[in-house]
Parts: sequence; C-alpha cells; structure tokens
Amino acid sequence: MFEKILYAVAVSSLILSYCKDRDRTKKGLKKAWKSFVNVFPAFAGVLALMGLVLTVMSADVISRFIGHGTGFWGMLTTSVIGSVTLIPGFIVFPLAASLLEKGAGVAQIAVFISTLMMVGIVTAPLEIEYFGRKETLLRNAFSFVFSFVVAGVIGMVIS
Amino acid sequence: MKRIKPYMLLIIVAAADVLLLFVNFDLGTRVIRSTGLNFAQMLGVIPPIFLLIGLLDVWVPREKVIKFMGEGSGITGVLLGILLGAAAAGPLYAAFPVAAIMLKKGAKFTNILIFLGAWSTMKIPMFLFEMASLGYAFAAARWLLSLTGILFMSWIINKLMSDGEKQSIYKKHSGALEGK
Repeated sequence: MFEKILYAVAVSSLILSYCKDRDRTKKGLKKAWKSFVNVFPAFAGVLALMGLVLTVMSADVISRFIGHGTGFWGMLTTSVIGSVTLIPGFIVFPLAASLLEKGAGVAQIAVFISTLMMVGIVTAPLEIEYFGRKETLLRNAFSFVFSFVVAGVIGMVIS
Repeated sequence: MKRIKPYMLLIIVAAADVLLLFVNFDLGTRVIRSTGLNFAQMLGVIPPIFLLIGLLDVWVPREKVIKFMGEGSGITGVLLGILLGAAAAGPLYAAFPVAAIMLKKGAKFTNILIFLGAWSTMKIPMFLFEMASLGYAFAAARWLLSLTGILFMSWIINKLMSDGEKQSIYKKHSGALEGK
C-alpha cells in the first residue's frame, strides 16, 4: 500500500518535472543515481546483516526471551533484543499484543517497541555513513536510555 | 583495496552466511531467503525515494529550505521536522537519504535530528496500527512521550556535537550529491 503511493508520487513528480523542464529533470535523475551509487555498498551490507540477524532472532525466539523475563533484568533483555533487531510494525504490534496476553509486563513491551523503532545497531553502519560516528553513537545511546523512561512512565500510567 | 573497503560489511556477512550453511543448512537457507527478501524490499522502497530526492535537489531552492528549516526558522522548522517525519512510512534507513538532502539544502542540524526521531517512532500509520493492537492509552502515551523525548534528545545531541563535527557532516552531503 505504502509502496504504491510512494511510486505514484514519484512517477507523477517525474512526469511533471519532465514536462516542465527536461534538462533539469535529467540533472535530477543523475543526482539521484549518483547518491544511490554512493551509499549502495553500505546499504547492501546492512541489508545482508538484517537478513542474518532477523532470521536467527525470529519472532519465536524473541517471545521466548520476553516471556521469561520480569522486572528490570527482563526489561534489559528486552531492550537489547529490541536494539539489535528490526521488525516491521505490522509484525511487532500483534506480537506485542499476544505477549501482553501471555502475561508480559506493559513496561517490558513498551521498552521493546521503543528500542525496536529508535535504536538500530544493525543499521548503524549506514547511519555512520550518513551522519558520522558521533551522531550515530549519541542518537542510539540516548534513544536506548529514553526507551526506559518511556517504559517507566507507561508502566505507571497503564496498570 | 579502496574499492573493496566500502563492501567490507557485505563481504563479512556473506562469509558468515556461507559458514552458517555448513554448520546448520536449514538455518542457512532461511537466512539466504530472508536476505533475498530484504533486497527485494529495498528495491521496492529505495528507487522512488532516491528519485524524489533527485527531483527535490533540482527543484527546491536552498533559500526555501533555509527559510523554513534552517538556522532561525524557529518553531516552524521544529514542526516541519516532526510533521515530515511522522507523515512518512517505511524503515528508518529510508529516512537517512532524505535527511541528507535536507542537510544539503541547509536545514538546521537539530531539525534533522527531530525529523529522524519522528520518522523512527512517531509515524502516523504506525501509530494507528499500534492503537488497534495495544490500545489507545498505550499508543497515545508512547506517542506523546516520544514527542517530548525526541525534542529533548535532539536539542542535547546538537549541543554535544561540536561545530566542526557538524560542519564535516554538512560538507560530506554538499559534495555527495554534486557529482564530484
């Protein structure tokens, strides 16, 4: 669905641009290609890494970890899993809902979702390529700590 | 060596995949299949994004971006960062090239961090789905907390980075798209 919209927007923009100014459009396409080629090695590496990590850390494996952990150590385990892996939202939320039903704590689920979305160890090589080591380190470290704040507050609000 | 170096990660992972095939054939084949799917997914999302980036590069004047998201854009830049990030869909890695073109056009570093933060965890399509799965209170509480946290983190990360470090990031992207 999202892809279709994205393609529709991109293609219609391209047509519009081409009608308005042919040379400029060609220049834009060249720039697009250039920036793609520049990051392709890093992209390919990260995608391969994702393929490896995601398969080894499947939803089954994750639920086994989260199902057991309670309290702070449980949250720590959950957050580490969340930081490493990247699971699309449409899988995460139902998984999280079923874990809640099985008795996982709200705070643990919150830390899992937040780290999953904000902290990306697997994508770090790509982020470094774009924004350097320091930004990558700071953004991920802060997001990791922040996920515990989110979990703490959500645990208090919802119980 | 210089041409191989960017591919180091890919080479290491591919070697690990091959090794895994020998150790555990079943898991190895699943890894290779899932890697294939990842590449297919990338080929789905990445071409239109780069196409749009290329077009933005030639059509959106730098002055406009500076005015709305640059130094001195104030609250407008912050709101735009949140809005553009939250309206998006797709994995965070798709946000990096978009952020890069915004940097190139002179957007403020803090606003870029806000944009990345919003894209990572405040996306509206995701929020709707989270609400449906985990309930209104959970999703809304997390969204509002994320908003506060992202604003704070972006501000502090920007403070922790020296001008030189930021300049080198800007410089990298001003060249990367010029076709040097």
